[in-house]
Amino acid sequence: MRVNIKINDKNHSIEIEPGEMLLETLRRLGYKGVKHACSTASCGACTVQIDGKPVLSCSTFTAAVDGHEVKTIEGFSNEGVLSEIQKAILEEGASQCGFCIPGLVVTAEALLKENPDPDQKEIIEYLKGNLCRCTGYESQTRAIMKAAKARRER
Amino acid sequence: MSKVLTEEKLNVVNTPVEKVDGKALVRGKPVFTDDFDLPNALTVKILRSPHAHAIIKSIDTSEAMIEGVACILTYKDVPHVIYTRAGQGYPEPSPYDTFILDKKVRYVGDAVAIIAAENENIAERAMKLIKVDYEILPAILDYEHAQDPDAPVIHDEPEISGSYDPKHNIASHYEMEIGNVEEELKKCDYTIDEVYYTPNQSHAMMEPHTAISYFDPNGRLTVITSTQVPFHARRILNRLFGVNCRVIKPRIGGGFGGKQAIHVEPYVVAVTLKTGRPAKCVYTREETMTATNTRHAMRFRVRAGAMKDGTLRAIELWGLSNTGAYGEHALTVFMVAGSKTLPLYNKVKAVKFGGDVVYSNTEPAGAFRGYGAPQGMFALDSALDELARKIGIDPIEFKLKNSIREGETSPIFRIMGEGREGVDQIIRSCKIEECAIEGSKIFNWYEKIKRPRIDMKKKVAHGYGVAFAMQGSSIPAIDMGGATLKMNDDGTFNLLVGATDLGTGSDTILAQIAAEVLHTTVDKITVYSSDTDMTPFDKGAYASSTTYVSGNAVKKAAEKMKKEILKAASELFEKPVEFLDLEEDKVVCDDGRSISFAELQTKLFYTFNQRQLEVTESFVSEVAPPPYLVSFAEVEIDMETGKVKVVDFLNYIDCGVPINPILARGQVEGASAQGIGIALFEDHIMDKNGRLITDDFFTYKIPARGDIGKIEVRFAKSYEPTGPFGAKSVSEIGLDTPGPAIANAIYDALGIRMRRLPIRSEELFFEIRKKYG
Repeated sequence: MRVNIKINDKNHSIEIEPGEMLLETLRRLGYKGVKHACSTASCGACTVQIDGKPVLSCSTFTAAVDGHEVKTIEGFSNEGVLSEIQKAILEEGASQCGFCIPGLVVTAEALLKENPDPDQKEIIEYLKGNLCRCTGYESQTRAIMKAAKARRER
Repeated sequence: MSKVLTEEKLNVVNTPVEKVDGKALVRGKPVFTDDFDLPNALTVKILRSPHAHAIIKSIDTSEAMIEGVACILTYKDVPHVIYTRAGQGYPEPSPYDTFILDKKVRYVGDAVAIIAAENENIAERAMKLIKVDYEILPAILDYEHAQDPDAPVIHDEPEISGSYDPKHNIASHYEMEIGNVEEELKKCDYTIDEVYYTPNQSHAMMEPHTAISYFDPNGRLTVITSTQVPFHARRILNRLFGVNCRVIKPRIGGGFGGKQAIHVEPYVVAVTLKTGRPAKCVYTREETMTATNTRHAMRFRVRAGAMKDGTLRAIELWGLSNTGAYGEHALTVFMVAGSKTLPLYNKVKAVKFGGDVVYSNTEPAGAFRGYGAPQGMFALDSALDELARKIGIDPIEFKLKNSIREGETSPIFRIMGEGREGVDQIIRSCKIEECAIEGSKIFNWYEKIKRPRIDMKKKVAHGYGVAFAMQGSSIPAIDMGGATLKMNDDGTFNLLVGATDLGTGSDTILAQIAAEVLHTTVDKITVYSSDTDMTPFDKGAYASSTTYVSGNAVKKAAEKMKKEILKAASELFEKPVEFLDLEEDKVVCDDGRSISFAELQTKLFYTFNQRQLEVTESFVSEVAPPPYLVSFAEVEIDMETGKVKVVDFLNYIDCGVPINPILARGQVEGASAQGIGIALFEDHIMDKNGRLITDDFFTYKIPARGDIGKIEVRFAKSYEPTGPFGAKSVSEIGLDTPGPAIANAIYDALGIRMRRLPIRSEELFFEIRKKYG
């Protein structure tokens, strides 16, 4: 079947298999920043934005996204210029192996859009679905606080 | 972050440089194994045993050879070479008790057949069409019954070697005694004799195990794999298949020891050799959880005794370790439970350590961050806490009074090495006093322990616990790391290292070390790591060795490069080297002349004494200086549910000079979180047939953001003279303390001693019920 999806502001008309998951489709199209880690909607590594909302692509049928807008990690830094969130993650050492980072960035972008001045509790609550096995989360929370501040002062 | 005082003036080392691979990672660039698409690649899937212990009577693949299947390989089709998947240096201290595929399966998840197809759907359909007739054997699912008289023998293959007593399911055995524990215990005023358990733990790295193999255009077999040990992987693949190959490690999505073993590589290589085509295998989360490795579950009986004044006199740790279906790291992990814990209390008159490592029909155990030390330290530190409370001494005072100091040693360093004798060492840096004393001030320990613990009205209890730990830095006299530096005509350097960055940031800290010596900056050092055809050898990422061993190799190489640069400049300036020095990307002469690195190498390329400046150095350590850690835990317990929340977890660590304070802090924070996981939630649960039920992130609970209260890290002012710029290891030690610190804090809160990890809320709740009604 054929679906039409806007991915990172680019229109795609794609032939898909019935039952195909968005994670698979995106990776096949070359959006490798979308990570396969659990396939059971339990880790957050495959998070993308659909119409601005964070969604787990491993358990979203591609067919269900027909006519919608998808934004992946690849859509969040322009021409190599890092976003405030990406910059803060680097500065705070919040990316160790980096495998969970695309999902974290995409979710944090949604958070800061909804709530430009989140406190620590709100960050933890919003990002609780994004598992990380490397950092112990402290540096990631610090990074998002820092990014929020930088974005407010922009 | 405050800088740590050192004996050297540093420009790059001990600064929070951003990770050299960081920009790619935060942008989600295609840098992991699964991100590489090879044209015409086959998808590889593994058929796994549904039985815990069985013999394959027959296996019929004929119906499974549907359209789109390239090959199906069974034990009849792959080399029958016995080996160990452990991924250690050669000769391996682990038993050879494993085949790529075998006629016998030894746990639910053991590999039965390799399926290669045009895509995943076809491979999965074909998998279901393979007919296997099993003769089901009785299984050992509880390792405490592995040595029962009627226990089935798990390893009866005649080819087995290096296993201690496979007929009785004993993969390894070890024992040692210094002095006479029995006699010393009799002289003690206070003794303790208790049994402690630590569970299996899954590495649960975010990236599943993944490997790709292909023939390059010249026909060289190439393997891209998420491994911690590219050079060992190459050696082992060669042994299995008799083929030379190149192993490349791209970025890895976490390892924690779980990617030290050789898991996926033989399967894809078997397919590529059979079909000539590229092959890719990406484990599912379920496979990563159930069919790779786990932390060795252990039971330790601790007997210890002390005098009224708090002098510790004798310690005995007697253990049983579960290596599961295969003996990966069986002996060495078990030994570390003693060798990286007992030297901390070096003032005892007698010490004894030993026990068995047994096979069972469960997922094989293997290397896991901490490597036995978290298991041993949970038992030892909990027991010492119990003893301190019996005597009536503050546990900090008790542990500090009896612990090792600078200038001292322990005979255990020589007696217990990595599966063999160790090496003598005098401790040259040990700031455990600062860790304990300053840490207790920051944590407010002496004020906090005066507070009431239980609020019966709110049904909430608070408790405070402390745990001490040590680890090592490398496996001395065995682990080797190499480094190559090449100067370019744009003034930059290529640093080529075999060292394996698995997310830890080792590429970054190695670049910092090189930049420091060469008076340049990290942006001028381009690091290429972990490619067996391009980079010098390195043992790989394990045993807390990269900063120390690979770091020293890089420092040696950079120092040699500095000499080469000065020599070339001396020829150019016609001035003895004594009058020359390096300064900010150039060579300066005392007469005021100077030449930039770029100009110098350009001259050397084209116009003057033509040559490429390039050096290679190797480093093997004679010692393994331990880092030290004192951790303080505050827990809050809901007495109506037994739920434990770690409100505050303070780490005060002596890791020498942190090469990169931000990355070092991250190592400790992350290890603390994994330790909190094993202390409170993480455990393997099996059904009655030995199938692991905890096979995804819903059933196997790793700490999520909301489970972590506050984790804090402070660095002691420490300098290790044998380390690169004063550094010691930092990555593993943080996992040793959360278990005991949290158990000690729970006791402090409720007077209930939990001697089995994880401390499940329901179990604690029943204990609270018993005690408080």
